[in-house]
Amino acid sequence: MARELIKGNDALVKGAILAGCRSYFGYPITPASEIAEAAARFMPLVGGTFIQAESEVAAINMVYGAASAGQRTMTASSSPGFSLKQEGISYCAGSELPCVIANIVRGGPGLGNIAPEQGDYFQTVKGGGHGNYRVIVFAPNSAQEMCDFSMLAFDLADKYRNPVLIMSDGFTGQMMEPVDFPEPKPVPERDESWAVCGDADTRPNLISSIYLEPEELEAHIKKLKAKYDEMQRTEVRYEEYEADDAEIMLIGFGIVSRVLRSVVDRAREKGLKVGLLRPITLWPFPSKRIAQRAKQVETFLVVELSTGQMVEDVQLAVMNEAPVRLYWRAGGVVPTAEEILGEIEKMIEG
Amino acid sequence: MAKKILKKPDALYDVFERKPGVDKTMTHYCPGCGHGILHKLIAEAIDDLGVADRTIFVSPVGCSVFAYYYFDVGNVQVAHGRAPAVATGLKRASPNSIVISYQGDGDLAAIGGNNILQAANRGELFTVFFINNGIYGMTGGQMAPTTLIGQKTTTTPYGRTIRNEGYPIRVCELLATLESPVYIERTAMTDAKNIARTRRAVRKALRCQVDRKGFSLVEVLSSCPSGWKVEPREALKWIEEKMMPYFPLGVYKDVIEEREPVELVERTYTSADIMKGLALADGEAAARAPRHEDVGEMAMKIAGFGGQGILFLGLALAETGMDEGLHVTWLPSYGPEMRGGTANCHVILSGRRVGAPLVSIPNVLIALNRPSLEKFEPALSEGGLILYDSSLIDISPSRKDIIPLPVPATKLADELGSTRAANMVAMGALIGYTDVVSVDGAIAALPRLVKRDELISLNEAAIRKGVEQGRQLRAKQKVAVGTGKGAR
Repeated sequence: MARELIKGNDALVKGAILAGCRSYFGYPITPASEIAEAAARFMPLVGGTFIQAESEVAAINMVYGAASAGQRTMTASSSPGFSLKQEGISYCAGSELPCVIANIVRGGPGLGNIAPEQGDYFQTVKGGGHGNYRVIVFAPNSAQEMCDFSMLAFDLADKYRNPVLIMSDGFTGQMMEPVDFPEPKPVPERDESWAVCGDADTRPNLISSIYLEPEELEAHIKKLKAKYDEMQRTEVRYEEYEADDAEIMLIGFGIVSRVLRSVVDRAREKGLKVGLLRPITLWPFPSKRIAQRAKQVETFLVVELSTGQMVEDVQLAVMNEAPVRLYWRAGGVVPTAEEILGEIEKMIEG
Repeated sequence: MAKKILKKPDALYDVFERKPGVDKTMTHYCPGCGHGILHKLIAEAIDDLGVADRTIFVSPVGCSVFAYYYFDVGNVQVAHGRAPAVATGLKRASPNSIVISYQGDGDLAAIGGNNILQAANRGELFTVFFINNGIYGMTGGQMAPTTLIGQKTTTTPYGRTIRNEGYPIRVCELLATLESPVYIERTAMTDAKNIARTRRAVRKALRCQVDRKGFSLVEVLSSCPSGWKVEPREALKWIEEKMMPYFPLGVYKDVIEEREPVELVERTYTSADIMKGLALADGEAAARAPRHEDVGEMAMKIAGFGGQGILFLGLALAETGMDEGLHVTWLPSYGPEMRGGTANCHVILSGRRVGAPLVSIPNVLIALNRPSLEKFEPALSEGGLILYDSSLIDISPSRKDIIPLPVPATKLADELGSTRAANMVAMGALIGYTDVVSVDGAIAALPRLVKRDELISLNEAAIRKGVEQGRQLRAKQKVAVGTGKGAR
């Protein structure tokens, strides 16, 4: 194990390499370029491949190729670039190719700006590309988690033969924190029997998402859905803080959850029973846990760096058991703890 | 005497099990279509080179979308236009494989135009077979980038015009201008002679990959009787009379002999190699340091002009804090704060897990220029510290509920021989006043942060100078100051 003070974006790449990722295909875009730059720096030193692709579309298709050959591979981008990758992500899901894609979300729509936002929740969490597919989405909130979830993402991508996404933001990527890096992971038990590696063993294999006959495609979709159902049963991850006696439950992910942790501390100092439920996986979503908490809390306050996207999933989970309020900032404005605390005090005063 | 054997090449399946329907022996291609012949030529070449086990065939979108029905090799079907990008990923991940990217004109020259251009330009070590029949066959006969002027298609019902659609694209000529490709040829499949020429070109292109010489592409003029709405025999005449004058056959580039083979590097990387590659090999000492929980939280805003080493100051504090077991975060200024020529960063040193890394209400402000002092003083928490460069800032903090720590950082740094060490004087003063981290710790962290030896000693001297200042200020105020009060 080695500890290093490191930026989240760099930790993501180091985690990927420690997990056995040996190719990165990317296209420059702020604020995700550092991921490509770190990959460009490190991949050649560990026998890996880095290619600056001609476009985001090319990059995800290079990932498709490397994944087809059984290699652990990844790409990353930021919102507009991530939009461009969506067709390729759908293909990866349809062809059941394991790969990892990070979206360092910035302000939109359109060119928007390069400041941190969470306005890509819908396009990241709800599939985004065409067709019936789902992807596991991690929302790290520290440099350590940028490393840890990067590593875990590769394992889960392999486990389900499905893309796994990491949704982060400029703050989590730019922030430096100590990260404990483990030793490189051996991945010998990895099943690559399905891949097309250019050898006799895998010569009979086909990577494809084509099922021309409706019944065949439906059968394929059923098979995919069974995987997604399994993910929903086993891959939900969340974190709670001061939640057991909370009357007001804050819900936020990514960098917002860090601010909300400070809010909880300050609210508790004032004697307010405020807790935090932080979804770590945005899909599968911790709906069951939220439903359980709905029986206990008086109000949920969802805080998002968008005009309210995750709040819809919270509302679905709560099913009118408790009021769900939303506090949002967008365009790159990140609310301070004081601001949110003020919002809570306003709520209490009614 | 040589014996003629008539059989399917081994690289084609005998029975097309993947093909839906009852007929598993005929291809799905229309009568008179060129795909079938080219498939056979490619399969024969694969056989002759003995590379069937190593071959990965990339099926595109277009009529050849189902090429994987036929080729008895590893098969990958891909999105429209992206075959060269996918082939790039395949070949890079599996460098010993023989990768064939097979594309039609719409796929290669329209939607995937940039992908083929860039793959060729990178000199990717794969082979491209490009079927040019001047039309979108699969989608029902729409205009392709290679559709001839005047040619009627479903989307050029009055014939292609120069004014509306521009000229047909000559792919071989275009790609031959690039330095990287080693072999580019255009052939046709109109008669026995041209088919023989195509056979040679296919072999040569694949051989070029087997020998690791570089990127190769063969464009094959091919007929599409269905799309052109003519009889197969007429279609062949159309190629000769209409297509060949615009798309002349020939070798557009052949530097195979001049090029050295690209070396195939096969090296095993150990765990130690990887840790070294990631620059993690020397982080172990730090990893052993315990984290302590009993200190408060110092939430700092550090600000000044760009070039004063503001971000470095924050980094040095965070690095030292980490070494000494504190929870730390360092966040460079981001968003609107960045405007106005000032640099600033947020640093938190804490005994417990840090919440928001953004410091909205600091309990320590280090201001190395006047605008920073004026801008951030109002946000400071009650009882907070303002450490400012009194040799550069000609005012004092105006608030009475804070502790001012004037340190002539720039002057002291100048005395040490470099103005640029003022940031380390300021850091030393903060350490001297608060003991938030140890002096030894700060000095021990320097070699990790500073590359040049002479700068390490300068920074060390600056830190010690600052520590003296901090101690003097503390003695003067005769109060012990802890961390954490009013921290946000």
